Amino acid sequence: MAKTLKEMEKAKEKANLVTIYLDGKEAKVPEGITILEACRMEGFHVPTLCYMEGLSSWGGCRICVVEVEGQPNLVASCVTPVREGMKIRLSSRAVREARKTNLELLLSNHPLDCQLCDRNGSCELQELAYEFGVREIRFGGERKTYAVDMSSPSVKRDANRCILCGRCVRTCREVQSVCAIDFANRGFDTFISPSLGLPLGESVCINCGQCILACPTGALSEVSHVEMVWDAIEDPGKFVVLQTAPAVRVSIGEPFGLPAGTVTTGKMVAAFRRLGFDRVFDTNFTADLTIIEEGHEFIGRVKKGGKLPLITSCSPGWIKFMEHFYPELMENVSTCKSPQQMFGAIAKTYYAQKMGIDPKDMVVVSIMPCTAKKFECQRDEMCASGYQDVDFSLTTREAARMLKEKGIRLEEMPEENFDDPLGISTGAAAVFGATGGVMEAALRSVYEISTGKTLEKLDFYQVRGLDGVKEASLEINGMEVNVAVAHGLGNARRLLDQVKAGNSKYHFIEIMACPGGCIGGGGQPIPTNLEIRMKRIAAIYEVDKNLPLRKSHENPAIKKLYEEFLGEPNGEKAHHLLHTHYMPRERI
Amino acid sequence: MFYRTHVLVEMTSSSVAFGAAQVKEALEREIERVGLKNEVKVLETGSFGASLPSPFVVIYPDNVIYAPLRVQDVRRVVEEHLLKGRVVRELMLAGGLEWKTSEFAFPFPLAKETRVVLRNSGFIDPLNIEDYIARDGYMALAKVLTEMTPQEVIEVIKRSNLLGRGGAGFPTGLKWEFTYKAEGQEKYVVCNADEGEPGTFKDRLILEGDPHSILEAMAIAGYAVGAREGYIYVRAEYPQSIRHLEEAIRQAGEYGFLGENILGSQFSFWVKIRKGAGAYVCGEETALLESIEGKRGEPRVKPPYPPQKGLWGKPTVINNVETLANIPPIILRGPEWFKSIGTPTCPGTKVFTLTGNVNNLGLIEVPMGITLRELIFEIGGGVRGGHGLKLVQTGGPSGGTMTPDLLDVPMTFDTLPKYNSALGSGALTVVDDTHCIVDVVKSFGEFFLHESCGKCTPCRIGNKRIVEILEKISEGKGTLDHLEELLHLGRNMKMTAFCGLGQAAPNPLLRCLEFFREEFETHVKEKVCPAGTCQLKSLQRTVR
Ligand SMILES: Cc1cc2nc3c(=O)[nH]c(=O)nc-3n(C[C@H](O)[C@H](O)[C@H](O)COP(=O)(O)O)c2cc1C
Ligand code: SF4
Ligand code: SF4
Repeated sequence: MAKTLKEMEKAKEKANLVTIYLDGKEAKVPEGITILEACRMEGFHVPTLCYMEGLSSWGGCRICVVEVEGQPNLVASCVTPVREGMKIRLSSRAVREARKTNLELLLSNHPLDCQLCDRNGSCELQELAYEFGVREIRFGGERKTYAVDMSSPSVKRDANRCILCGRCVRTCREVQSVCAIDFANRGFDTFISPSLGLPLGESVCINCGQCILACPTGALSEVSHVEMVWDAIEDPGKFVVLQTAPAVRVSIGEPFGLPAGTVTTGKMVAAFRRLGFDRVFDTNFTADLTIIEEGHEFIGRVKKGGKLPLITSCSPGWIKFMEHFYPELMENVSTCKSPQQMFGAIAKTYYAQKMGIDPKDMVVVSIMPCTAKKFECQRDEMCASGYQDVDFSLTTREAARMLKEKGIRLEEMPEENFDDPLGISTGAAAVFGATGGVMEAALRSVYEISTGKTLEKLDFYQVRGLDGVKEASLEINGMEVNVAVAHGLGNARRLLDQVKAGNSKYHFIEIMACPGGCIGGGGQPIPTNLEIRMKRIAAIYEVDKNLPLRKSHENPAIKKLYEEFLGEPNGEKAHHLLHTHYMPRERI
Repeated sequence: MFYRTHVLVEMTSSSVAFGAAQVKEALEREIERVGLKNEVKVLETGSFGASLPSPFVVIYPDNVIYAPLRVQDVRRVVEEHLLKGRVVRELMLAGGLEWKTSEFAFPFPLAKETRVVLRNSGFIDPLNIEDYIARDGYMALAKVLTEMTPQEVIEVIKRSNLLGRGGAGFPTGLKWEFTYKAEGQEKYVVCNADEGEPGTFKDRLILEGDPHSILEAMAIAGYAVGAREGYIYVRAEYPQSIRHLEEAIRQAGEYGFLGENILGSQFSFWVKIRKGAGAYVCGEETALLESIEGKRGEPRVKPPYPPQKGLWGKPTVINNVETLANIPPIILRGPEWFKSIGTPTCPGTKVFTLTGNVNNLGLIEVPMGITLRELIFEIGGGVRGGHGLKLVQTGGPSGGTMTPDLLDVPMTFDTLPKYNSALGSGALTVVDDTHCIVDVVKSFGEFFLHESCGKCTPCRIGNKRIVEILEKISEGKGTLDHLEELLHLGRNMKMTAFCGLGQAAPNPLLRCLEFFREEFETHVKEKVCPAGTCQLKSLQRTVR
C-alpha cells in the first residue's frame, strides 16, 4: 500500500535505515520502502500516473521509471524497494527519453481534444505532456474508439479517454470493496468494464464516484445535470429552489483558486443567488431535521427493544451497497431519508403551501459533494410530495462550472445569508460533512432529549479524524451507549461483518461511503487527496464552532416546522414525508 | 504446420506387397476421424532394414514400433496410442522395448540423442503405475524420504548445477534453497506446464508419456522445501495431459506415493491440477500464480519473488515440467553423473523442437552445448529445398534470433545471452532465405501484439505501433525515419516493460534491424523486397 509522507516519517523513526544515492546525493531511508517513497521523502520529484496514494502500487504506466546502477532495465520506482547501497539516477537521458516515449505512446491512443474535455485544466495526462515538453506524437497509429457509457445515473464512462492506469479499479476494489469494474480483454484491446460487460447502470456500482476522483483524465466524470438546471433557472414559469450540502461550503472555493479548507458559506450563497435561483436554502436545515428524526428513532428502538445497532442512512452510496451486499442488515438501517431527500419533501409540501406555490411548478436543485445523490433523487420511493422531491442534483464541480460559465467569481462575492426559513441551521448540521459528524450531532441531541440534562462537552473528538473505524461510548440514563463510525466501505465491512455475525457491541453506527465523509465525496473538486480532505474537515469544525447554536433540537426553524406542520417527531406525517424503505439487490 | 507426432510407414516394394499402402491410407483416415490431423503426420520412409516384419510402422518421437501392423489393427493403434497415449503392447514388434531404434536407418539420425527427461516416454504405459515403478519409478522419492534430509536434497540439486528449463535458466537448487529458508509454515510447489511457446510440446510429451515422473519430482521438491501441497498448472488445450495426470495422481495415492505419511514417513504431500486460461503470459510465473488464485493472468510486481511470496502470498517453488523430470534421475544417479552430460556450466540434456524450413521436423533430447549446425544440418537434415539459411529463432518468439554467423555457438543457457539470444524452451524455428525479413519480424510482432496482457504502456501500445510501422514498410510506405522509430520503440520496450514478455518481445526486431539493416533499407529506400516475397514484390509488378 502506498504510504503517506507522515507514515513514512513514522516508519523512519522505527525501521532499520539503508543508505541509497539519489542522483549522487546520499540519503538514509527506512528499509522496505520504495524508490518513489524515498524520493518523496528526500524532496525529489518523480512524475507518476498509475501510482496513487492510499492504493496498492501497480507499476503499469512506466512513467516513474528510474535507472538503477548495475541493472540492465529501467525500473518502476513505485514498485521497486530500496536496497542498501542502491545508486539511483533520476534524471539521466535514458530516464527522460523512456518517460517521454511512454507518455507519447499513451497520447497516441488518446483523443487530442483537451478543449472539449471535462478535465481540461485538471488532467494529469495533459499536465505531464506539458511538463515533458511533448510537442508532437511520434508514434501515431490506430486509436481505439468506444461508445460512451451513460447508463448510470451518476457516473459517465468515456473509455476513449482512458489510459488504463487502473486507479479506478483499485479504488473500487481496495477502498470501497465493491469491485464493480475491472480490466477486460487483453493487449491493445484492453479496456475497463463492469463485470460481465454489463453497462455500469446495471452493475453493483454504488455510484459513489470515488473512481472519478481517482481518474487522472476525463475517462470518468459525473452524469451532468447542468443543462437541465439552466433550463429550469431560465424558465420563468418555474420556482427554482436550491439546497447546498454541508460539505460544499468548505470546498467550492478550490476551483476558484482559494486554498483548500477555506470556508465560503456567505460567498457561496451570494454566488448562487446571482446564478438565478429563486431561493438559496441549506441542506443543513434538513440535516438538523434528520437528527431529530433519527435521534427519536434511536431512542425509540432502545426503549422498545427494537433492532440494534441502528445504522445511519444519509449516504446513498452506502445504502445501495447495503442493498447489494448486506441485505440482511436492512432492518438495522435507519428508515430516515437523507437530508437531501428530507429537504425536497419539505420544500414541495410545507414550503410550497406556505408560499402558495403549486409544487408542480417548483424545481428543487441540490448541490452535493456526491455523485450518488443523483441516483438517490431518482429512486422511485423519493416522491413523497407527489412529485419527484429533488429534481436535479449537481456536484460541487458542476456547480462551480456553472458559476464560471456565467462569469461569477465566487472569490469576489460579498457575504450573504441563506433565505428563511429553510436556511436556518446549527453546528450539529455543519459537522454532517465530515466522517463522524452525524454521530456527533446525534449524540448531542440524543443525550439532551433523553436525559433532559445539558451536555457539557459538545465535541466528541473520538469520532473525528481519518482513522478507518472509530468508536466512542457515552453514558445515557445509566446505559453505556457504544457507538462506532466508519468511512469508506472497505472499512465499513469490518463493522458490518460483526453485526452480521451477531457479535457487534455497538448500539449506533455511522457509515459514510466516501473516505473522510462527504467532504471527500465523489462530486468534490479534483484533486481530492488526503491532505485536502484533512483541510476540509478542519474547516467543517470551524463552521460548527462559530455557529451560535450547535445542537439540532435547538434549531428554532425546526421547532416551528414540527409545530406548524409535522406534529410529533416520528409521527405519522413525519413518517410519510421523511422516512423510506429499502430493497435487496443482486450482487452481480 | 508443426506436428507433435510422426507416424513413419516403411514403403518399399516388398512392404507394399504386404499392404503398407493400405495401412498408410487407413492410418490417415483414422487420424482424421479422431481429429488429430493437425497434430499427427503420416510419413512414408525408405527401408528400415532387411528382414523386418512388414508393414513396419514407427511412432516418433515415442519410438514405438508396430510390426507387422495390419489394416484391421490400425484403428486400435490410432485410438489407443495416438489419441489416449497408451501403447498397444500386443501389436508391438516382438521384444519391442529391446530394439534400439537408432540402429535403424532412421530419417532422424538419433546417434546424438541422450534421453534423461524422455527416458520413459513411449516406453511405458503412462496409465499404469507398475510400468513406471518397474523402471525405478518412485525410487528417488523413497531414497530422499529414508536416507536424506531436506538440506541434503537441496545440496544434491545445487551440486548438479541443474538450470531451470522453463526459459530463464535459473539454478533450481538455489530456488529450492530460497524457498526452504523462507519463513512460513505453509509453502507450495507449482509445476509450470503452461507451455505457451508456439510449436513446442516437450512438456506435453513428458506429461502424457511419463506423468509419474513429475509427481515424484514434485513430492521430492515438497519434501526439500517443506511444502505439503503442489499445483500443476496445465494449459486447458492439453486435455490428454490432464487425463493422464489425473489418473497418475489417483494411482500414486493408491500406492501411497502421494497423500498422508508417504511411505510411512512423516512427510505428506498432495497434488492438484489447475487448468490454464491459454494466454501466453500465464506461463510467466507470477501471472501463473495470479491465474491459480482465480485472478486475471497478469504478472505481479517482482520482488518479492515466488520463493518469498508466491501462491496465496506463501513461499513457493515454481519449476517447469522438463526441469522437474530431471530430478528423480539426479537423486538416483547423483550430481556427478548429471554433470557428465552437457557442458560444465550448463549440464544435462535439453529437448529441442525443430520447426520451420528444415528437412526433419521433430523433437529430440540431446546434451546441452550442441551447436545449431549439428541440430539443423545433422539432426534436421539441412534446410528444406536446398535453400540457404536466413536465421534461426531460438526459444520461440521471445527467445533470440540466431543469424548464420552464429551456427557454431554452443547452445546453453549461459552462452546464448552473450549473443543477445536465449535458449528459452528449446524451440528452434528455421527460416530459409526465401523469406523477407520484414515479414519475418512482423510475424513475431503480431505474436506479441496478440499476447501482450495490456498491463504496461510500452508493450500494450508499443507492439501495436511496431506492427503498424512494419505494415507500412511492406506496403512500400516506409521511410528511413520508420526504421529509427522501430529501433526507438524496441529499445524502449526492452528497457521499460513490466515483465519478461515485453522485455523480450523486441529481441528479434532489434537483432534483425542490426543484422539485416541493408534489407530493411532496400525496402524503404528502393521500395523493393530483395527476397521477393513480401507485399512489395507484387507492388513492384503493378508499378512496372
Ligand atoms: C512471457 C513468459 C512466458 C513464459 N512461459 C512459460 C511456460 O510456458 N512454461 C514455463 O515453464 N515457463 C515459462 N516462463 C518462465 C517462467 O516465468 C519461470 O521462469 C519458470 O516457470 C521457472 O521454472 P524453471 O526454473 O524450472 O525454469 C515464461 C516466462 C515469461 C516471461
Ligand atoms: S462509483 Fe464507486 S462503486 Fe461505482 S465504479 Fe466508481 S468507485 Fe466503484
Ligand atoms: S510487458 Fe507489460 S503488457 Fe506486456 S505482457 Fe508483460 S506486463 Fe503485460
